[in-house]
Amino acid sequence: MERTSFLERPFFQTGPRWWRQFWSRSNERVGYLFILPSFVHLLLFLVVPLVFSLYLSFTDWRGTNFYNAPFIGTANYEFMLGDRRWWNAMANSGYYTLLAVPLGMVISLMIALVMNMKLRGVNLFRTLFFMPVISSWVAVSVIWITLLDPQAGIVNYTLKSLGLPTVNWLGDPASAMPSLVLITIWKGAGFNMVIWLAGLQAIPQELYEAAAIDGAGSWQSFWRITLPLLKPTTFFLAITGVIGSFQVFSSVYVITGGGPRGATDVAVHRIYLRAFESFDMGYASALAWVLFAVIFAFTLLQVWYMRRREEASLF
Amino acid sequence: MVRAKHWWDLPLSILGYAVLIAVTLSMVVPFIWMITTSLKPSGSEFAYPPELLPKTLDFSNYVDLFTLVPFGRYFLNTLIVTIFTVAGQVIICSMAAYGFARLHFFGRDTIFILYLATMMIPFQITLIPLFLIVFGLGWINTYQGLIVPGISSVFGIFLLRQAFQGIPQDYHDAARIDGASEWVIFTRIFLPLTGPALTTLAVFAFMGTWTDLLWPLLIARNQEMRTLELGLAYFNASTTAFRQTNWPLVMAAAVVVMLPVLIVYIFAQRYFVAGIALSGVKG
Repeated sequence: MERTSFLERPFFQTGPRWWRQFWSRSNERVGYLFILPSFVHLLLFLVVPLVFSLYLSFTDWRGTNFYNAPFIGTANYEFMLGDRRWWNAMANSGYYTLLAVPLGMVISLMIALVMNMKLRGVNLFRTLFFMPVISSWVAVSVIWITLLDPQAGIVNYTLKSLGLPTVNWLGDPASAMPSLVLITIWKGAGFNMVIWLAGLQAIPQELYEAAAIDGAGSWQSFWRITLPLLKPTTFFLAITGVIGSFQVFSSVYVITGGGPRGATDVAVHRIYLRAFESFDMGYASALAWVLFAVIFAFTLLQVWYMRRREEASLF
Repeated sequence: MVRAKHWWDLPLSILGYAVLIAVTLSMVVPFIWMITTSLKPSGSEFAYPPELLPKTLDFSNYVDLFTLVPFGRYFLNTLIVTIFTVAGQVIICSMAAYGFARLHFFGRDTIFILYLATMMIPFQITLIPLFLIVFGLGWINTYQGLIVPGISSVFGIFLLRQAFQGIPQDYHDAARIDGASEWVIFTRIFLPLTGPALTTLAVFAFMGTWTDLLWPLLIARNQEMRTLELGLAYFNASTTAFRQTNWPLVMAAAVVVMLPVLIVYIFAQRYFVAGIALSGVKG
């Protein structure tokens, strides 16, 4: 067969397959225009920063000077290995996560179980429980600073009135982190409760009826039916809880500033201090990538679980 | 199906209400404390025992807030940043969502999966370079520096794509036969039909922007550009630094910061809870 020249066949009918598909009549190319703004935004404010961040982590970039950033290889990562403040912050993040995630989930599950009893006025309660969720972290923080004030705070006053010992909540290195966790649970309970409730309402009522006929009590039904069927919800709340806990910043910044004596200095707060108070951008980027690795491991776990359950239409 | 009645039904529901009321008290008392403290005269905060209800109603803290501290300016800044961010997200996300949901272009699904994959990247990892880019553009202490990085969100695109997919293809075909362009179909047919989803996105964007601390903390370096959140955070720090805590004034500031969010929440509660349920179900 004779080769056709460019003049005989228009440019969109020659070339590799993807090129011909791009120009084919069935390709609704106007779609590219619809996604263009978001694409440009994603590229400029997410993809470019992501690559830039990886590069930064191998440089000694100080301040905002674009011209004086020597490439230092893995020196930042090597320095990090011996950075006791960083590992203190990572340990604090881990401690915070271990306290906040299980406790928060159990407490909100108990509230959800009560909410699921189909009592009257549940909507009003849900609205009220959601107030902390929608409130800003800064507002919540300043309220709790006053409530937990060791001398004049309502919490210690109540403890004293009941004849219980008072606690120097945010001032004592031993109790500062549990206090932060307490505030976090208070703020997030309404959110977790709504997710639990959605899971609870998806359980078919017939299962409970069948179990009751077989002579199962409420306690048994809970352990044998409710909990196993809530597994996807449990998994979702646990994973997103861990991811969120490793990203905590605002509450620490406003309430404790990482203190007392570094007891609440969590990972993101340390990165913030390194990047924006010491202006050590290169090193802080290296720290951010280590944190990212931890978070990403949990994200992959979630994606894997969703795929396994074939729930995800996304991937 | 009606459940059989038991003797323990009544005690159980009483116990249920007891739990709910106890939780409600713990959720609401801090807010009551915030409001009543803001109405106490400055300096009465360390009254012992602490008073949940003030003896007098003193609104002078609110006056001080707007005269001694530029909270009016903070409010205006927050309003500007929030309005533009919400508008940007609704416009950009709905356009992209329409493209992904209704138009069959080459590479669409691959691009969409790449979009979704970016949701796995936490904000903290891009924070430093994002700051450097905004700095390089000369956008520190500007509205565009506060607004532009937030005017699109993959979560929003995902949310609206679901809504657009729910509209029957017949509507689309009928409009095409009538010769309507894709832009006309998008703006005249699809946008009006997806009001609830658009509202959900707007409410989420509003809440997220209004209560954001970290980004304004980096970008709004001078006092004139501070948002309410940032103003409150600095205000709290500056009033405690010299052990001259003025809690009534700080609490008044907290009320001003929270009030708009609370009002939006009360009116748009349905959309907000729907959005959270969606994010929970879909992950």
